[in-house]
Amino acid sequence: MYALLSSIPYWGETLLRLLGGAVAVLLPAGTIVYLFLFKMMSFMQSRLGPMEAGPYGSMQLFAEVGKWLQKEDLLPERADSFVFKIAPLIVLASTFLLVAVVPFGPDAWFTNFEAGVFYALAVSSVSVLGILMAGWSSANKYSLLGGLRAAGQLIAYELPMILAVVGVVIQAGSMNLQNIVVAQNAGSIFGWDGLGNPYLLTQFVGFVIFMIAVQAELTQTPFDMPIAESELVSGYMTEYSGFRFLMFFIGEFATAGVFAFIASVLFLGGWGVPFSWFGWTGINDVDNWMNIGGPLIMLTKMLGLVFIIMWVRFSYPRFREDQLQRFAWKVLIPVSLVNIMATSVLKVAF
Amino acid sequence: MTMIGDRQQLAYIASQAADARVNVELETEGMTLNIGPQHPATHGTLRIIARLDGEQVLWAEPSCGYMHRGYEKLTEVRTFPQVTALVNRIDWLGSFANEVPFILAAEQLMEIEAPPRAQHIRTILFELSRIANVSLFLGDLGVQLGAITPVFFAFRDREYVLNLIEGATGGRFHPNFDRIGGLKDDLPAGWVDETRAVMKKMRKFCDEIENLLFGNEIFESRTRGIGVIPRDVALQYGMSGANLRASGVDWDLRRDQSLPMAWDKVDWKVWTHNDGDSYARCWVRLQETRESTYIVERLLDTLPSGPVMTKVPRIIKVPEGEAWISTENPLGEMGYYVVSKGDLGPFRVKIRSASFNNISIVPWLLKGVYVPDIITILASLYFILGDIDR
Repeated sequence: MYALLSSIPYWGETLLRLLGGAVAVLLPAGTIVYLFLFKMMSFMQSRLGPMEAGPYGSMQLFAEVGKWLQKEDLLPERADSFVFKIAPLIVLASTFLLVAVVPFGPDAWFTNFEAGVFYALAVSSVSVLGILMAGWSSANKYSLLGGLRAAGQLIAYELPMILAVVGVVIQAGSMNLQNIVVAQNAGSIFGWDGLGNPYLLTQFVGFVIFMIAVQAELTQTPFDMPIAESELVSGYMTEYSGFRFLMFFIGEFATAGVFAFIASVLFLGGWGVPFSWFGWTGINDVDNWMNIGGPLIMLTKMLGLVFIIMWVRFSYPRFREDQLQRFAWKVLIPVSLVNIMATSVLKVAF
Repeated sequence: MTMIGDRQQLAYIASQAADARVNVELETEGMTLNIGPQHPATHGTLRIIARLDGEQVLWAEPSCGYMHRGYEKLTEVRTFPQVTALVNRIDWLGSFANEVPFILAAEQLMEIEAPPRAQHIRTILFELSRIANVSLFLGDLGVQLGAITPVFFAFRDREYVLNLIEGATGGRFHPNFDRIGGLKDDLPAGWVDETRAVMKKMRKFCDEIENLLFGNEIFESRTRGIGVIPRDVALQYGMSGANLRASGVDWDLRRDQSLPMAWDKVDWKVWTHNDGDSYARCWVRLQETRESTYIVERLLDTLPSGPVMTKVPRIIKVPEGEAWISTENPLGEMGYYVVSKGDLGPFRVKIRSASFNNISIVPWLLKGVYVPDIITILASLYFILGDIDR
């Protein structure tokens, strides 16, 4: 199956991967997530949502991007202009760095990185820097409060997220995301391999903690205290307009999508189907069509997870920030520590 | 007295000086946060000046008057029938309810009374405006606390009530339907059956909100024990309406005074809550909305027939005298003190609006709370800016 890729030089392969990733995965994924959200949110709130731009509002994303690009790029008078301008780029960069390690198929990956989990968790926290910079440099009291709240919250929820992933890493015996996918799809539950062994079943506690932490990392309701539009206007984004606001906005939804990708890799079996269905035993048996089918499978799983994230977002009120800190430190972290202990004991026992 | 050596004394002074220096360096200035007049959390142009230490409020003060429209003065250059067009813009969400006490005061001065059918229809429209008003509160409450879905449900279902008000009066927001001596018109055909159907819908809406918000643990943790107003403090600050009933005071002007209205013709319940916190205030309002739908249904069952207008002169001149009438409006006690010198228009009108007195407790209530709780408390006190500034 490496026949196609081995005949072209390394730089060509890299270019193909980049183009393939950007064109075949990121753009459609972003568009679908966005439109899906628009419509889903509208139906939950008993309204129609966008209907004017294109059939059933399907061109709404282009209309919005066009609108934002035309807007004036405002800079507050007393803002620290360099930091103010670079902050949204850092937030967006964290999202794009995050997608680099996600495998979409047996060969459809950007980098096959041995410490992939470690890398993903590390770069996901880069966005905190951007948010703090945005909050501080705006020279606005609401932005400052929002930025500081965001910093406290993101750091507090990083820990349960890491601890939740540790359970998966112990069970798979690898930090490579590709290996984690293979371990799930080639695995078996007590000898029955009809479903593989998605860690959603064995690591259910970890999955719940991971999704809660993702919700907090994305600053979505009920953890949206940093943005809190009814009290802090828009938190750290208050002073942004035009395409810099667009970057924050894209960052928010794209990060939701990317975190859903990572969650589907860690807990739902990623791009794979259970290998026993086609008689595969390892990654080397997997047919080449999975490079096309894999991304679609990933997309389906991602949409399911994004649906859960947004469902919670649209139906819950928000926590106060002392309550959400207490929730992270007193509930999530102890539970995830117990989960790690149970996982390692069971791993040794079986 | 023990003697201390120079050395010890110097060391002591040095340590004190060092402490003082550290304190000066570490001392952080408080921050003054100006919430409003343009701010998404204050529905209207209320401004709150808050002195913060970190996220804690040291001192807060509401500053109102950004939307003062001078209705008390304007009434002096209007004739009595024209005043209703002004005053239903005070609390713009429950506008019909604003007209009723003024008309009742004028009727009291003229010593006339509306016919029974007019009294019934007045009461029905009064309760409909209460439902229209408080249903928006129930939706908006979610937005203030971060849940954006309930407000869409509120706007969807409030539309039915506004359609009813429009059907009967011709105006969705500002009916201007109440006349001295009765009402402008009788109810249109088919209105009664439609109202019954809408009341069922509104009860379903109340259930929906109760499931979506009041059963939610996050909602409870954000509102329970936040902004507690004890019974005696509530009475001292002159609070009224649901804010007072949530502090355990069983006081409702619809029941406690006898007016030429139809509330005493049917059975209904006054809801109170003993906690006095934000949750209690929201809960009491929810129960009252539901109770209002029952009041409307029972009034429709006992709707008498007859004229809707009594005999009044063509040009209304109100005899000399003074009258004070207050009713239990959606936001609390609303009253008019009308002074007439026997002219076409009133000589002086004093409007006692509920929200102005209800927010007078804000400086006392906001001391020591966190910034997010400001929003919870303001949302649960429930004011309309027009009702504060008049």
